[in-house]
Amino acid sequence: MEKLLEIKNLEVSFQTYGGTVKAVRGVSFDLHKGETLAIVGESGSGKSVTSQSIMKLIPMPPGHISGGQILLNGDDIVPKTEKQMEKIRGKEISMIFQDPMTSLNPTMKIGNQITEGLIKHQNMSKQDAKNRAIELLRLVGIPMPEKRVNQYPHEFSGGMRQRAMIAIALAANPKLLIADEPTTALDVTIQAQILELMKDLQSKMDTSIIFITHDLGVVANVADRVAVMYAGQIVEMGTVDEIFYDPRHPYTWGLLASMPSVDSDHSADLAAIPGTPPDLTNPPKGDAFAARNSYALAIDFEEEPPMFQISETHFAKTWLLHPDAPKVEPPEAVKKRIRQLSSTFEKPVLVKEGK
Amino acid sequence: MAKYIGKRLLYMIISLWMIVTATFFFMRIAPGNPFASEKKLPPEIEANLNAHFGLDKPWYAQYWEYLVRIVNWDFGPSFKYKSQTVNDLINEGFPVSFLLGMEAIFIAVAIGVLLGIIAALKHNRWPDYTAMIIAVLGISVPSFIMASFLQYFLAIKMGIFPVARWETFMHSVLPALALASTPMAFIARLTRSSMLEVLANDYIKTAKSKGLSSGVITVKHTIRNALLPVVTYMGPLTAGILTGSFVIEKIFGIPGLGAHFVTSINNRDYTVIMGVTVFYSILLLVSILLVDIAYGIIDPRIKLAGGKKGE
Repeated sequence: MEKLLEIKNLEVSFQTYGGTVKAVRGVSFDLHKGETLAIVGESGSGKSVTSQSIMKLIPMPPGHISGGQILLNGDDIVPKTEKQMEKIRGKEISMIFQDPMTSLNPTMKIGNQITEGLIKHQNMSKQDAKNRAIELLRLVGIPMPEKRVNQYPHEFSGGMRQRAMIAIALAANPKLLIADEPTTALDVTIQAQILELMKDLQSKMDTSIIFITHDLGVVANVADRVAVMYAGQIVEMGTVDEIFYDPRHPYTWGLLASMPSVDSDHSADLAAIPGTPPDLTNPPKGDAFAARNSYALAIDFEEEPPMFQISETHFAKTWLLHPDAPKVEPPEAVKKRIRQLSSTFEKPVLVKEGK
Repeated sequence: MAKYIGKRLLYMIISLWMIVTATFFFMRIAPGNPFASEKKLPPEIEANLNAHFGLDKPWYAQYWEYLVRIVNWDFGPSFKYKSQTVNDLINEGFPVSFLLGMEAIFIAVAIGVLLGIIAALKHNRWPDYTAMIIAVLGISVPSFIMASFLQYFLAIKMGIFPVARWETFMHSVLPALALASTPMAFIARLTRSSMLEVLANDYIKTAKSKGLSSGVITVKHTIRNALLPVVTYMGPLTAGILTGSFVIEKIFGIPGLGAHFVTSINNRDYTVIMGVTVFYSILLLVSILLVDIAYGIIDPRIKLAGGKKGE
């Protein structure tokens, strides 16, 4: 499969009155054509900042990309100017935001909000663009698109607005769609519809998707691969099966154990991860997760763990995978789901820096 | 829409009636009468004068007579300016005040909005600080002091504009500037804060993610949404300009309506007070109605009651 996007050691920081906040601290991942990568993590883990950096949508200043590369089809976009980025945004990469109630302009007709991008990127005439807008609205499942195209956002329900938002994002056939918690603000039945729609459109248009969420249920539904982020770093990355059935990082264990499921009985308490994420103005020495980690080893407080490779596609950043580490058992809720996966290496392999 | 405007017109008439009634009775409660300020009149002459202007009738008869007259757009004779009716005074003074007011509103809105937009787009950089210093000065310096400053520097020292009087367009620049300074500053601050609010909105990020340039985003997505509070302010602004113009007209020696308003109160010139009050009230009510209609046009979320066309 062809690589569409390659992120190498991305670092993003924000200048604030309290000091420099290192929101993203060395994130690397690839994305193939037509693939869906989910980025999961708590609020403040840097997942939104990472994705907005890909479009250079973070406010600069105070934010800036302090290191690393973002290669789109092999072309680094970090040094690109605003003018050059305007040609990429909407055309190569599009974005869907969390809250459809606020992400559409309230004083502009839906149709015009769709055609803007078309007129800019594809040099369409107004009439052609409008026809295409109607077509797009039909594509995203909005009934009576001829009428809807002339309506304002307040005349749409939340789910319909998110569909319109998807129509806007897909207008110019982007190669990459970034969905920043697109279903978080919607109720559950609508969530399912929107996820189905996105999967359906992805197969039709062959778009790659980066799906940002904190809902592991959604991840299982849509993603091919999953990256778990904590404190501005990817702590574990693998295919959906690897993350759900053979998680290796204690943070991923915590996330999975805190996920309620229908068949869990009422007597079992949901396990919450204790504490709060660290202050990224002064990231802690060693492993950022150590303070909240009941499996933390002495070395976790001293030295940052390296990345270990568990299979061709599965990586985890924890000292527990080191040959000298004591053998630990994951929590009960996670142990129940663990399965032996055929692709797993015999032993975790230390990933050399720079790979 | 027509139904809505009809309903609003009805409310306007009710408000006007209340204003007329309140003014009528408050004025009578105030001590003194139109002929009290001059040298003591012989009782017979005063009785004659009262009879001439109908002041000898019981209050309800006077009140009723006055209501009937207003409905016929006749504000009656002035008690002081013997040969003129109140209608004459309004017809003479209002065009001057109106011109001055419009000029001031234009300056206030044009410069205020511009300063606000620049300040918001260059948030926390020098253009922002400069615009806000101008705004703070405009708000805190009263218009009559501003007027004297303008007269001193631009007219007397530099000789660019005439000091006073009302003859050519050049004569109107200084009074309009003085009148506009406070509302302009207020509009600048209002535009800035509402621009900043709009700029922080998700739909601006959406617009940016479509690849639109910052110029297009500012014009098509930001300004329209940011101007809503400014439009709301236009109603009170008209009132402010009209009341503010009393002082300015006096300073610059402009023969507008404001001067009559002030002197008529001192003179207890009942018909002039009433006439000018009613006239200004109508202007205000109309401008508020216009603002509400404009609001409905700019913001599609605001459906004017009765206008259910889109349903």
